[in-house]
Amino acid sequence: MATAVGTLGHTREESTVWKWMTTVDHKKIGALYLITGFTFFLVGGIEATLVRTQLAVPNGTVLDAGLYNQLFTMHALTMIFLAIMPMGAAFFNYFIPLHIGARDVAFPRLNALSYWVLLSGGLILTSSFFFGEAPNAGWFAYAPLTEKEFAPDKGLDFYTVGLFIAGLASLMSSLNFAVTIINMRAPGMTMMRLPVYMWMTLVVAFLLILSLPVITVALVQLYFDRNFGTNFFTPGAGGDPILWQHLFWVFGHPEVYVLILPSMGIVSEVLPVMSRKPLFGYTAIVMAGASIGVLGFGVWSHHMFTTGLGTVPQYVFSASTMAIGVPTGIKVFNWLGTMYGGNIKMTVATYYSIAFVALFTIGGISGVMHASPSVDGQHQDSYFVVAHIHYVLFGGAIMGIFSGLYYWFPKMTGRLLDETLGKIGFWFIFIGMNLTFFPMHFLGLAGMPRRIYTYDAGLGWETWNFVATIGVYIIVVGVALFLVNVFKTFRKPPDAGDDPWGGATLEWATTSPPPEHNFDVVPVVRDRDPVWYNRDHGIVTPEKPAHLHIHMPPPSYFPLVLGIGILLIGVGALSSLAITALGVVVVYYALWGWALEPTE
Amino acid sequence: MGRSGPGRIIAIAFSSVVVGVISWLCYLAFVDSADTPQSTWRPMSDNTHNIHTVYEIVFWLAAIVFVFILILTLAFTLMFREKEGTTAQQFHGNSKLEAVLLAVPVLIVVAMMVPSFKAIAQNTADPPEGALEVIAIGHQWWFEFQYPELGVTTANELHVPVGRAVSVKLKSADVIHSFWVPQLVGKVDMMPGHENHLWFTPDTARDDAYLAQCAEFCGASHANMRFRVFVDTEVKFDAWTKATLADAAKPATDIVKAGEQQFTLSGCVGCHTVQGNAIAVGKLGPNLTHVGSRTTIASGVLANTPDGLHKWLSNPPAVKPGSKMPNLGLSEDQIQKLTAYLGSLK
Amino acid sequence: MAAAHAEPQHNTTTGIDNRKMLMWVFLASECLFFGSLISTYLIFKGDSITGPLPHDVLDIPLTSTSTFVLLMSSLTMVLAVFGAQHNRLGLMKGMLLATIVLGLAFLGFQVFEFRTFGHEGLNLTTNQFGATFFVLTGLHGTHVGVGVLYLASLLVASGRRNGLGKEVALHVDIAGLYWHFVDIVWIVIFTLIYLIP
Repeated sequence: MATAVGTLGHTREESTVWKWMTTVDHKKIGALYLITGFTFFLVGGIEATLVRTQLAVPNGTVLDAGLYNQLFTMHALTMIFLAIMPMGAAFFNYFIPLHIGARDVAFPRLNALSYWVLLSGGLILTSSFFFGEAPNAGWFAYAPLTEKEFAPDKGLDFYTVGLFIAGLASLMSSLNFAVTIINMRAPGMTMMRLPVYMWMTLVVAFLLILSLPVITVALVQLYFDRNFGTNFFTPGAGGDPILWQHLFWVFGHPEVYVLILPSMGIVSEVLPVMSRKPLFGYTAIVMAGASIGVLGFGVWSHHMFTTGLGTVPQYVFSASTMAIGVPTGIKVFNWLGTMYGGNIKMTVATYYSIAFVALFTIGGISGVMHASPSVDGQHQDSYFVVAHIHYVLFGGAIMGIFSGLYYWFPKMTGRLLDETLGKIGFWFIFIGMNLTFFPMHFLGLAGMPRRIYTYDAGLGWETWNFVATIGVYIIVVGVALFLVNVFKTFRKPPDAGDDPWGGATLEWATTSPPPEHNFDVVPVVRDRDPVWYNRDHGIVTPEKPAHLHIHMPPPSYFPLVLGIGILLIGVGALSSLAITALGVVVVYYALWGWALEPTE
Repeated sequence: MGRSGPGRIIAIAFSSVVVGVISWLCYLAFVDSADTPQSTWRPMSDNTHNIHTVYEIVFWLAAIVFVFILILTLAFTLMFREKEGTTAQQFHGNSKLEAVLLAVPVLIVVAMMVPSFKAIAQNTADPPEGALEVIAIGHQWWFEFQYPELGVTTANELHVPVGRAVSVKLKSADVIHSFWVPQLVGKVDMMPGHENHLWFTPDTARDDAYLAQCAEFCGASHANMRFRVFVDTEVKFDAWTKATLADAAKPATDIVKAGEQQFTLSGCVGCHTVQGNAIAVGKLGPNLTHVGSRTTIASGVLANTPDGLHKWLSNPPAVKPGSKMPNLGLSEDQIQKLTAYLGSLK
Repeated sequence: MAAAHAEPQHNTTTGIDNRKMLMWVFLASECLFFGSLISTYLIFKGDSITGPLPHDVLDIPLTSTSTFVLLMSSLTMVLAVFGAQHNRLGLMKGMLLATIVLGLAFLGFQVFEFRTFGHEGLNLTTNQFGATFFVLTGLHGTHVGVGVLYLASLLVASGRRNGLGKEVALHVDIAGLYWHFVDIVWIVIFTLIYLIP
């Protein structure tokens, strides 16, 4: 990329760090998201390992109740908001423009801003540990346990402020992605030629755009309750704790699809490429994804079957929840249909994708089980639900992300990850994952409630808790092997070539890693699998023009400054008004500079 | 294993065996786990029988899908692995097949929905006439049980007669808790500011308690908020009611008498009621009138033995983090006296 | 705002400018934001344990006036967009200024109203009406305030040497979308809080 910073017309040599801090290149921002997300994945993994270590034996003494409650809360918050969502956003960032044949996202600086704001939210949430006051009321933070009366320390303020800021980041990136996919497609890239991954991205963007404002309102109300003495969720003074649950789950359930749909998209890219045949039932899989998105807004109260909803809502939400099983089932059949008749290249990416299909199916069917309110009376808040969500989020989302990591790593770095080491790592993660989470079905069946820091011997829970803890350590080895693989791979020269897998989508039609402007010549799309179409029809990509000059948006430090301003506002909301005021000034300065900055 | 003829059959057979063995082992583990004290798979009341009827349908449908999909996934992986000299069949879909495949999940969902709806109607119906009224109140971190028609108040151990419907009003004194007795009744939350209801008719009297614990995260000692349900025969229940209605036993020995004084001196009376003790009328903690007759203390965390009482009295928050009962800094002598007194409150 | 200038700006897939589409999608999100706040208000309607209650403090004639002021600001906003689109920059600047003044007037009414309520004993913590009313109308007022800053920035920028350049109509048009949305939300709030007893 150009070393000159275009901001305010200055031209000077810039350090690497400064280049990354001022970058507006979607690929660099994607890499930042990926590194950040994976780091938080390791943090969340450490939290999980501690939690499981405490539960390995009855009356465990590794953690005390207070710390345990902080750790299980932060494990969920870290994994959901700071690991899976950012890793999803990383691939969105990197591959939206490449998949649709664009030079960048619609708003490169807004994109950079989203990253810095997400990082701010993550730092605020995680810093709570250093004050010994991490959020400790679960990621769902049910009032009134979260009110000042029952949670007097700052933990829940870290929660409201941290999530508010992380939510702001997701909202901005979702707006950006939605506009980019709708508006910046290459010639010929009609909606029904979009890669399935792009469709899932679009659905995720709209899910976030429409659900984040709801949790934002709930967080504002909780913050007001805790700091300004309102009574939104305080019973006795006219408030209603059930309102929190409604607002939380109107956001919280679509959020689950936000976590899983990107991985469904990745698998829908990897399986056809590795099977060497087109995706089975493209239209059905797209429609299924879209209807999961729509139905996802109509099922939130299934998280509240036990709150005394009344009879009619139980019928309605039970029916809508089971109905989501239909499009989900269609997707599973279509992935199997894609494998059928193929010539499947068994790469590590394929391993993870096939594991996704199997493990996600397990999570999916246990989900349909507790869509029945009566059954939910036995499942709700038991380890059966813990097993279910982890089959969906680890067996689903994380398996998909690993598949994507192995599939796209050569595109992003020009280097292939070691396949042998990758397969060994896969088996550790796959076996560890099943050893950890499948026994939780048995524990739930044996009546073990979730979120308990201790349990007595004699309830028949000892064996499977011990097995689950062993499983976690096996996963830890698997993840460590992945890290070893990455470090090893960076020590060797680029060996991937432009298209190591024989890919179908446009990112394989450019170099690895792609140039800053992605494509020398904007591709023309003639088919759903454009690279295969061109290959089969002998269409050669036009040569790079002799005097290629493509103007890319110059780097800018205003996103970073604006992000710092928002961080200051957040820190101020946790400490003193003066810092908030300073933050507002910084934000206004950055916005002004942003608006006047030349982008040509 | 190949993609045609005998190769295909071998792949499917191999996958079926592998998945079959794994599924069978899982099933054995399920069955094994069903035979545990807090099991959700040992229905002992009309409520849990209704749930279990649905549960079995839902479980077996899920199991069939599980086995079927896993066999297909494994078999396809084996059949269509990359091989020299073969190419992938190029097709984009199959409308007829896709329509059939749409019907499969629809049928499964309908098969789950019908019995589910029936169970909703059963378990949200009004309790039958003549049900025993109980008010259950969740506190951080213990359960209070009141019997308005009998005039009894007790804590952490609920006694009910066999064969008679028990209608429970659920309330909370502070945060959200959840009332769940896996073998007797599916959970319903105890919401502050709302009143929830559930009812069940236990069908088996037994000496062993039905184990239960709070099922909604409620703060530091959520894990230590347990309770027990005793399903008594009619005769036994009447005897229990009578005994519980009576005032606390009068101190009979010197050490018990000293313990009663200590109970006042240490300020226990401010939070605990002991019927018949005029100054022990506190309402914040459990009613201790007949604490000596309970099997456990500290909401099911400790056995009700002198050792258990000793452990609890010497430092409650150590047993139950966050406990509203503070460490009173009692001396060994004071603990001995209180233990004797509390043990005498049969 | 920045766009991928590597692509000619007008050449988007749908023909709609990226920035305009961004505003539309953002407003969709805002609908859910105000929807949640308004729902909260409606859910807690009648749940106040102590007074003052809505009919004790709401001054309908006064707020009708401020509502009229805000409606008029939508009219001036329309005229500003008209001016920008027909290259009548004088009209545009005048109408932007008028919109800003009317927006500030609305905020003045709101500050006056909040102060009056305070004197009559209603604040955030008084009761559910106070909490839901102040949070809802306060956040709406914040949106009006942001809108005023937005329009003021456009006005100042249009007075600079190069003005707003070729895209002046687009900039004013997008600002107009935001401004009209905030107005419409107020109409809903005014109807639900003030007019329906």
